[in-house]
Amino acid sequence: MKFGILINEGPFTHQASDSAYRFALAAIEKGHQVSRVFFYNDGVNNSNRLSEPQSDDRNLVALWAELAKTHGVDLVVCIAAALRRGIKEQVLQEGFRISGLGQLVEAGIQNDRLVVFGD
Amino acid sequence: MEPWEEQDGPEVVKRFMYVNRRAPYGTIYALECLEVVLIAAAFDQDVSVVFVDDGVYQLKKNQDTTAIGMKNFSKTYRALDDYDVEKIYVEKESLEKRGLTAGDLVIPVEVIAADKLREIMAQQDVVISS
Repeated sequence: MKFGILINEGPFTHQASDSAYRFALAAIEKGHQVSRVFFYNDGVNNSNRLSEPQSDDRNLVALWAELAKTHGVDLVVCIAAALRRGIKEQVLQEGFRISGLGQLVEAGIQNDRLVVFGD
Repeated sequence: MEPWEEQDGPEVVKRFMYVNRRAPYGTIYALECLEVVLIAAAFDQDVSVVFVDDGVYQLKKNQDTTAIGMKNFSKTYRALDDYDVEKIYVEKESLEKRGLTAGDLVIPVEVIAADKLREIMAQQDVVISS
């Protein structure tokens, strides 16, 4: 099955991003495809390479980059939500790209399921 | 149909439902959901917008945000009609619990009971709630 994922919360205050990451990984391991993860609302903070969690904590920003590299998952950050929150090309983690909300609608159209992770 | 026209196959039209559950201010969800709906409307999909729980307050007439210093975006919902978003559902129970009627809202909506809403929701391809 082809999945798209929408993440609406940041990586620290809520568990949504962790759940989404683990869902993506599990789906891929089961032989499914995760074509795109779309980051919206505070979810855009998943792409900030300047974030530095403590060394004994998981680093989701880095984990997403690894997922993109290993499995070719398209990580898209909403431009309108990103600009509000100071997420720009200068701070963007490798593997992410900034684009418009149309990419979210497209993920809904082109995948068998769009799974939403949020509060 | 010419042979080159067949290659793309039929246009995919999916049913997209956007569910608003939260009050218009206090969190950014309502505003950013409206932004999604306005973009999504350009995609020739079957779009519906739902307001439940405190989400019904998003459509309340005569909002005054002066004291909290936020932009009053309630008038923007009127643009939904211009974007051909015509399926706007408000849950009856949510309205009643808050002492509101359809007449208190900034745009015309279809007021439906929770069990009917459940049916419509079950028919969707994509449900995005915030």
